[in-house]
Amino acid sequence: MKGPSFLRTVRLGVSSLLLHKLRSLLTTLGVLFGTSSVIAMLAIGEGASEEAQEQIRQLGSKNVILRSVKPREDFATGQQTVRVVKYGLTDEDLARVSETFPAVTRVVPVREIYEEVRKGERAMNPRVLATLPVYRDVTGRILAEGRFLADADLAHTANVCVLSDEVAHHLFPFESPLDQEIKIGGDYYTVVGTLLSRVRPSSDAAPAGKSTAEVFIPLETGQKWYGSMQVKLRAGSREMEEVDLHEIVVETDAAENVPLVAAACREMLARNHTQSDYELIVPLELLLRAEETKRIFNIVLGSIASISLLVGGIGIMNVMLATVTERTREIGIRRALGAKRRHIVMQFLVETVVLSVGGGLLGVILGLVIPIIVQATANMRTIVTPSAPLLAFLISAGVGVVFGLYPAARAARMDPVEALRHE
Amino acid sequence: MERGTRSKARSLLPVAELERVTRTYHMGANEVRALDELTFAFGRGEYWAVMGSSGSGKSTLLNVLGCLDRPSSGHYRIDGADVSQLTDDELSVIRSQKLGFVFQSYNLIPQLNVLENILVPLFYQDEPPAGAEQRARALAERVGLGERLAHRPMELSGGQQQRVAIARALVNEPSLILADEATGNLDSQTALEILELLDELHAEGRTIVIVTHEPDVGERAQHVLRLKDGRIESVVRDQNPARDSAAEDPSPDEVRQAGR
Repeated sequence: MKGPSFLRTVRLGVSSLLLHKLRSLLTTLGVLFGTSSVIAMLAIGEGASEEAQEQIRQLGSKNVILRSVKPREDFATGQQTVRVVKYGLTDEDLARVSETFPAVTRVVPVREIYEEVRKGERAMNPRVLATLPVYRDVTGRILAEGRFLADADLAHTANVCVLSDEVAHHLFPFESPLDQEIKIGGDYYTVVGTLLSRVRPSSDAAPAGKSTAEVFIPLETGQKWYGSMQVKLRAGSREMEEVDLHEIVVETDAAENVPLVAAACREMLARNHTQSDYELIVPLELLLRAEETKRIFNIVLGSIASISLLVGGIGIMNVMLATVTERTREIGIRRALGAKRRHIVMQFLVETVVLSVGGGLLGVILGLVIPIIVQATANMRTIVTPSAPLLAFLISAGVGVVFGLYPAARAARMDPVEALRHE
Repeated sequence: MERGTRSKARSLLPVAELERVTRTYHMGANEVRALDELTFAFGRGEYWAVMGSSGSGKSTLLNVLGCLDRPSSGHYRIDGADVSQLTDDELSVIRSQKLGFVFQSYNLIPQLNVLENILVPLFYQDEPPAGAEQRARALAERVGLGERLAHRPMELSGGQQQRVAIARALVNEPSLILADEATGNLDSQTALEILELLDELHAEGRTIVIVTHEPDVGERAQHVLRLKDGRIESVVRDQNPARDSAAEDPSPDEVRQAGR
């Protein structure tokens, strides 16, 4: 069929459908929900996998992270206002990890120091992390300005620090922080560089939204000034904590060895710790978990989508069969006036496709709204790729073709003489 | 006269020619012969009324003439070409190019307006003629509906709808116009107007076959073919010499239209 006459067929289909507006609208509902679920499914899946990818990028796909976790409070000792809690990863753990496993290439210890950071009147409470120069390389953090910690800083137990973007902006809103001095607790530190901030991954250990503000100082400096015993001020009470290391970042030589090293670390820690005062974060496992989430979403929404599309398609077919019967006479007239069978097939097929594509377009609109709502309410990232609406649109058109063929064929099969006689 | 000689030359070849055409229907175990070895020719420019009681085979004849039905045996030729063994698609092409239909119940398409209804037959031609819309407008003008092009069939009276149907039957310049009880649903005054329109078309030299059971409709035609039990009962030629001579002596206006 030629272009203009095809357009005319489409226009005819639209005007035939507009004769029964409510019926047409109701008929499209199934396809509407089907296509919107397809888009929502793809958006949520895409968002979950993007989030997982980002976590991996931030934590390093070759890394295993060990963290100290304060064990559950014991109410028997909770009555004391001042006490010492000893927990967490120890220097021995660090030594064991770095010496035992051949697949481990680098091990970075991190200590957290509970001190306030000030610059003049401005104060904040970032995570103050005492660590080694290789920390930046292993975790893949990106330098914004200046330099990261250096071996020389460690050797001299220098009072230098590196700020994350967020801290730099807060303390030095109008100037470069480089070579400026800030106060951590009671001591002065010279700023030698800044790092780009990262969005904190929403793992169990660190809920999303927690501050990403960080200040890095040399490990030796931290140990020299603060030791392993620290006072943590809490609402109404002071707590003494004794923690050797808050975090150990273990880098392996290849991503394939991560599960092996993770299992070995887990076993090693289980053997040496009497209480569960540590946790293991394996970025690769986060990815697997995200993939699992994505898979479940795909199954749920995929089923909703296919069922709606199937039911929607059957609904459309049903209505079109009724329409064909209703318009038997019109079919007879058209045949008498020279319409070939394929003209009749085309007419009803186009009408069905117009119907389902109409539902599909409404579904695309709804499908673009759902991810926004999900993102706002469920705190899940969603990404609508341009291909998703396109795919949904094509699916709706496909539904129209598949479920329109039978009614159209039935219309075309009619005997013109019989059709003309039909009342 | 110019028109007379031309129609005589062309009438050497009949528009529609039936040769021993039989159409049988199977009603359970019974075999019904709706047309029984019918041999007949409708000449060019002739205006025929086909009459007969119900069951005489006149509807079947119309369906065969209109290429809506195929003869069970025998041959049917339009403009000399045998169409009795054509496929469904080929018959559709014949219908869209050679035939114009006027039905008892007008059979306009309700969702289309007057202009679109007139254009429907051209819509199904592989090569729609240039200036189709102008032609449709001219035809609407011709049947007195030039002012109502955008109206839907529901907004028109029966007579007006039938005029649209006639304009539609003319839009593809058919060799043969088939009318099936074209006045059956109309009051006598409107029916008369429609019959006058058919007379005009005949005067222009068009070939018309009208199937009817109403005697006064049959009387207006040039020739009458009566059927009974699928066979020819009688043939009356030139039953209205006076009227026909009037048609043979057309007014200058009619000559102009016929010459188009």
